[in-house]
Amino acid sequence: MKATLNRAIAHRIFWPVVMLIGLLAINVIAVPGFLSVTINSDGHLFGSPIDILRNGAPTAIIAVGMTLVIATRGIDLSVGSVCAIAGAVACSIILGSSTPNDVGTVLVAVITAIGLALVMGLMNGLLVAVLDIQPIIATLILMTAGRGIAMLITEGNILTVQSAPFKFLGSGFLFGIPFATVIGAIIFVVAGLLTRRTALGLLIESVGINPEASRQAGVRARGLIFLVYAICTVLAAIAGLILTSNQTAADANNTGLFIELDAILAVVIGGTSLAGGRYSLLGTLVGALVIQTLVTTVYTVGVPPIATMVFKAAVVTAVCLLQSPTTAAAIERWRTRPRSRADRADAAVAR
Amino acid sequence: MTAVSVTGGRSFGRVAEKFVDVFTSPKSGPVLVTGVLFALMFVVGGIRYRGFFSGQVFLNLLIDNSYLIVLAVGMSFVILTGGIDLSVGAVVALSTIIAARLLQSDWNPIVVIVLILLATSTLGLLVGLMIHVFKVQPFIATLAAMFLARGLCYIIAKESITIDNPFFVSMANTRISLGYRLSITPSVIIALLVLAVGVWVLQYTRFGRTTYAIGGGEQSGMLMGLPTSRTKVIVYVISGFCSGLSGVLFAFYTLSGYALTAVGTEMDAIAAVVIGGTLLTGGYGFVLGSALGVLVLGLIQTIISFEGTLSSWWTKIFIGALLLVFIILQKVLTSRRT
Repeated sequence: MKATLNRAIAHRIFWPVVMLIGLLAINVIAVPGFLSVTINSDGHLFGSPIDILRNGAPTAIIAVGMTLVIATRGIDLSVGSVCAIAGAVACSIILGSSTPNDVGTVLVAVITAIGLALVMGLMNGLLVAVLDIQPIIATLILMTAGRGIAMLITEGNILTVQSAPFKFLGSGFLFGIPFATVIGAIIFVVAGLLTRRTALGLLIESVGINPEASRQAGVRARGLIFLVYAICTVLAAIAGLILTSNQTAADANNTGLFIELDAILAVVIGGTSLAGGRYSLLGTLVGALVIQTLVTTVYTVGVPPIATMVFKAAVVTAVCLLQSPTTAAAIERWRTRPRSRADRADAAVAR
Repeated sequence: MTAVSVTGGRSFGRVAEKFVDVFTSPKSGPVLVTGVLFALMFVVGGIRYRGFFSGQVFLNLLIDNSYLIVLAVGMSFVILTGGIDLSVGAVVALSTIIAARLLQSDWNPIVVIVLILLATSTLGLLVGLMIHVFKVQPFIATLAAMFLARGLCYIIAKESITIDNPFFVSMANTRISLGYRLSITPSVIIALLVLAVGVWVLQYTRFGRTTYAIGGGEQSGMLMGLPTSRTKVIVYVISGFCSGLSGVLFAFYTLSGYALTAVGTEMDAIAAVVIGGTLLTGGYGFVLGSALGVLVLGLIQTIISFEGTLSSWWTKIFIGALLLVFIILQKVLTSRRT
């Protein structure tokens, strides 16, 4: 029992899960029926947990890509801008076509947006892998210029679209489950299978731990870095399309604003170190859920929404301090402290 | 005759070699390139637009960007140690809103300014301790500080508050004449003072050398007996102090406090430091370079406003493109050394 408990506490997603359960408990106390899920007349699932899963999907999707990038010792600050560009491209294509309600038109718009994101991802990869530029700066370029590019596409306007198939992306339901959640779940499962059922995950981690050593061991570090940045921006584009569809408008300035920070937070809360190496997609999922639940909690508990950011700061600080090696050492000292005088004497003898 | 020309040729060769040496060194190369670029942009601007090539246009760069210079000085300290501070923009907003709120209730402006500087330095201290004692990555610790500062802004006041305190108004409107119809504001003097202190501390004090040493290799610095842990915490206090002071200057400049001001300013400050030739991994760079970086960013904006027909979003694209060019240039220039 004690051994199991020790193992659980030592597990890296222990504290995030505790945090998630704690937040849910606060909600249940504030609103007793918080966890109930009902089926409405359209056969759609309905309830606060479903809202969390739906609204958290864009951040979670980006966080998957961010996890892989961070595992290679990188970071991608440009995802928020990519969201805005993807939304702007899709909306301007749909607006420009004569058949905005046609599934084909929306498909073309979505594919174009994702294709463009792929190009931007390869550009990030080029800067990081070939030109050997620090990831934070390499992606800062696209972060800064990206919002300008999105403005260029929308010509400084907010593009509002009325297209049923496009709206489905963000607010549709598939088998009663929000479509955004379905996309998020598919991405998580595919990413998990691809990186953990093949050697890909191991190779990504090895590049993060020691790029030079893994190159000498025959790992094609360059190609892998290209790959993770491309995946990250493509996922950002998908998240951007969901966000844009949800608002039924592309807003170059505000779509995906600060989402890169939320995604990075989700990864860090999930126990993946920014120093690269070992990563945990499951941890990232928990991290993304913690962030979204936190936002929901602020609303249900009745704290003024403007204080959300202070709460976020508190949670981030708490999780970081709990995961800190210093805290772990302190807990360890406290757990193994001599209990009685006899123990202390034993300890002294042992020393 | 021949002997003279040979030595002449040799000394020319030596000068050229030295020239190449200085430009390709990771230490001074990037700064020199930024300086050349700034001069080029100024000359090209002067040729293209009437009234551009004047002293006042240059001084206006200082006037409009004095708060950013102060911010970049603080950021340089942090980046030289290999850290980063994402909280500066939010702290600037927090300072303006504290100033506006307290001045609304008729506090003494000097007390308000001292209070702001104390508060932001304390925030910097907490961030520094979090990074040093709890080994939280600077990116995450300062991100938490950013959320905290922004959140506090909204809690203090949602709407923009106008500042009508006579001292702040006089700081905003006073023009110090330099002769030849040139003038600056008191904020410029404060910014230049901060810059001078920054240069002095980094170049001529033990603390400054320790700062460079941490960026160059923290382990080695520690083994040499340098007070690395203390210094690592203090750089965040400096950054916090500079953000607070920058916020005060920003309040002088805009005469208002607003929770949503200075969004993304942290990225401007980081871009300025990078364009100014400081390596983000730490160890190399000059505070003067960062100030030059601020001026380059300001010059882009000035050129776009002189151009007139370009929309404001081109600023972002230009800054992004410039960052790209710069980073690649730095890479090319310094690659032969490493």
